Amino acid sequence: MVERIILILCYILLAPFLGGILEGFDRKISARMQGRIGPPIRQPFYDLIKLFKKQYIVVNHSVHFLLLSYSALMILTGSMFFGGADLLLCFFVLSTAATFLYFAAVITNSPYSTIGAQRELVQMMSYEPAVLLTAVGFYLATGSFNVADIIQSDYSLIVKMPGFFVAFVFIMTIKMRKSPFDTAASHHPHQELVKGITTEMGGKNLGIFNVTEWYENVFLFGVVALFILNKNPWSYLACALVILFVYFIEILIDNSCARVKYHLMLKMTWMVTLFSAGVNLLILMLIR
Amino acid sequence: MANVKKSPWLIHYDGSSCNGCDIEVLACMTPVYDAERLGVENTGDPMQADILLITGGINSQAVPVVKQIYDQMPRPKVVVAVGVCACTGGIFKECYNVLGGADVVVPVDIYVPGCAARPQSIIDGIIQARDLFQKRSKEHDALVKAGKTYDEYKEEEANG
Repeated sequence: MVERIILILCYILLAPFLGGILEGFDRKISARMQGRIGPPIRQPFYDLIKLFKKQYIVVNHSVHFLLLSYSALMILTGSMFFGGADLLLCFFVLSTAATFLYFAAVITNSPYSTIGAQRELVQMMSYEPAVLLTAVGFYLATGSFNVADIIQSDYSLIVKMPGFFVAFVFIMTIKMRKSPFDTAASHHPHQELVKGITTEMGGKNLGIFNVTEWYENVFLFGVVALFILNKNPWSYLACALVILFVYFIEILIDNSCARVKYHLMLKMTWMVTLFSAGVNLLILMLIR
Repeated sequence: MANVKKSPWLIHYDGSSCNGCDIEVLACMTPVYDAERLGVENTGDPMQADILLITGGINSQAVPVVKQIYDQMPRPKVVVAVGVCACTGGIFKECYNVLGGADVVVPVDIYVPGCAARPQSIIDGIIQARDLFQKRSKEHDALVKAGKTYDEYKEEEANG
């Protein structure tokens, strides 16, 4: 029990730092891929401090409350996950958090922000099947939804569920707001949709949004780790390597793809979910 | 103290220019000049921007737009006029619809000359702008600490 509380505290305190550093590396590696020097690794933290020091201008005061709810629910998701709770419950709370983000964006009545929010809903439709199937896959492979039980397996679960791994990494591109699926925030040159869902978030609101994204990324990497972790302590090393590899792949995809329209995103993600996670699900049910 | 000058985010507005300076502003973001190494990000969103780059002279239709962009930017903020048209009106100065440089509408802090302004001088302008941004941020922090609004501060300054 004490161990779990320590892990939860570590997540709450350290996840923003880890997420921020990972984003710093992301920007640096992206810059090098484009032949630029790129900003320093600590750049996301400089940006964050500046955002919190700027004047607070807001269109609708409930935006702040809704963003804080989004942030709180995201921290709750991660805390439950690192506390070894039910994986299915984590994913449901994650979806609830995303709903609060949707409300924070539409309540401003700004057309850019509203279009971004609608696209966010389409993104949720795209990734949700894969996320839920992953939870089901873990249950079929181990007989439990509990994270604490799943990591106690004798071997890395990726052996039994490679299809789920592929589907989950595929939808992580959407979750991490990377090209070609960054339709809601259009973060890259910031031109189309003027940053979409975050258009009306300036100053500390954008800061809260950024920190929440970092929490979310750390949680997502936690789920990736779940595929690798087993009783063997060496699996922690393997898991760190796999996470870094997955992150590198995401950056590579981000830098080599143009943004797609939402139809194509929906088709691609559902196809990948169906053919890799779905087929894997059938096989797991057969060999069970 | 935090260094806000390490994170100057730009918003770029094109007045009635010939687009020469706009191309050079965008060239600053490309691999050759890479302004992002200074923490510069080219946002399209006034609510997230710190530095307003204006290229081209101001015509009568652009006046409310520039004013609105300036007002939507949260304090502290800095305005940079890029190119001779944005500084004075340039060769378009005598046109019937051009009112002059960017300073006819909003207070301009830094003037970057050139036709078209070269990326080197634009980046130099951005570097001066971020130092000013740092100074303004300190003033802003002092205001927040004293619990005063910007208008009260301006009034006090005017009264000596």
